[in-house]
Amino acid sequence: MPPVFLKTLIGSFFDLLPIAVVIGFFQFVVLDQPIPNLVEILIGSLFVLIGLTLFLQGLEMGLFPLGESLAFAFARKGSLSWLLLFAFALGFGTTVAEPALIAVANEAANVAAEGLVIGATEQARAEYALGLRLTVALSVGFAIVIGVLRIVRGWPVQYLIIGGYLGVIVMTFFAPAEIIGIAYDSGGVTTSTMTVPLVTALGVGLASSIRGRNPMVDGFGLIAFASLTPMIFVMAYGMIG
Amino acid sequence: MEQKLLETLWGTVADVLPITIIIIGFQALVIRRPIANLERVGFGFVYVLVGLAFFLQGLEMALFPLGKLMAQQLTAPDFLAGLHPAGEAVNELDWTRYRWVYVFALAIGFSTTIAEPSLLAVAMKAHQVSGGVIGVWGLRIAVAVGVAFGIALGSYRIITGTPLHWYIIVGYMIVLVQTIFAPRTIIPLAYDSGGVTTSTVTVPIVAALGLGLASTVPGRNPVFDGFGLIAFASVFPIITVLAYAQISAWWANKTQ
Repeated sequence: MPPVFLKTLIGSFFDLLPIAVVIGFFQFVVLDQPIPNLVEILIGSLFVLIGLTLFLQGLEMGLFPLGESLAFAFARKGSLSWLLLFAFALGFGTTVAEPALIAVANEAANVAAEGLVIGATEQARAEYALGLRLTVALSVGFAIVIGVLRIVRGWPVQYLIIGGYLGVIVMTFFAPAEIIGIAYDSGGVTTSTMTVPLVTALGVGLASSIRGRNPMVDGFGLIAFASLTPMIFVMAYGMIG
Repeated sequence: MEQKLLETLWGTVADVLPITIIIIGFQALVIRRPIANLERVGFGFVYVLVGLAFFLQGLEMALFPLGKLMAQQLTAPDFLAGLHPAGEAVNELDWTRYRWVYVFALAIGFSTTIAEPSLLAVAMKAHQVSGGVIGVWGLRIAVAVGVAFGIALGSYRIITGTPLHWYIIVGYMIVLVQTIFAPRTIIPLAYDSGGVTTSTVTVPIVAALGLGLASTVPGRNPVFDGFGLIAFASVFPIITVLAYAQISAWWANKTQ
């Protein structure tokens, strides 16, 4: 076994240890219950350990270099419109199929049906859920475009984000009450385990290949946009729909 | 079990298919240059896929059933009744009755965040970009403390039934004030850490806790009160990461 792999494996073990301690403490001390299906849980834990190790290994080998090489290639090409088109496709494409978002959208359709916002038919719900998914995917595509444009132009991140937060606050007072919880949550679920490393590497790569940009100050922030715009778009969807 | 693992693997492949098509499409049509170290990158991609499949399947087998069960048990009326001596008058809406829920929220929020792969990815990148100034563990612990506090406060909100948006708005106000005073270099990273924390590991358990609480506490409706924990877990890490940077800067100034 190569030593790097072993090192990652040991690191993963310590990453996962706190969960085991918390679960053990609550199960034995607070709830005073035995662990059911111990064998399955042990095999599952082993899977989690192997999975995390492989994932981190692959991150360094595949996703980070890929994101960076794309960023460098676009910077060398020098075409802003292609870069922005790519940014939109990346945001929209990774979000529209995101399982967590599909789950939240279906849940939201049930809430809307119960709140009598839409009809209680199966078709009305499916349409509502699909509309919501497309809204969120559009908003993430839009967010990555704005975020990339910010890196290229060197705009300070805080004014955009704070402006966005103010937008969220203002819209909260006008949006229907039942959509607010879902809108707030949808900001958090859109950024998946696959998207985050790629988008982060893209941002940092862009900031390091454009003269006058600092990767630390300008490279981060894409994820922040991607978690902010869905809140605004979903509340708007609730107000229109 | 092999069947399930294959299903998860297939699900992961379907999940990353759009992104792969977009990248290959742009690479072939727009950039028109071969990827450097294609073989290594390809292997890395496969590692990520297989790793994610194992990770998700393992969570499904080990963590989720137990975590969800515990969230239900801790909020179950029987467990809560057992905390009081028999015959004592109990106010069902007294928020201190749910003390174990808060401890659980804190502990599970912290520990699942430490294990969150997206956060690890961002922490590794930040460590590299900052030239080692930002420690991988420092950032992760700062974020985990934020999530822990956020989820505990979110549980308190569900139990007391107070409106979600006031908490979030106050949270944003704190972020706003901190942004004015925090070191400039940390700001984008701090904003990012709000979005990356709530991912594969944290969301299912936290959602179970929220729904469990909203269906047990009298007068709460799971439909309206069960949501919102994720939002708490996305705002508070921003505050703690900014605070971490402020304290570090202050400490560096003081010891100079």
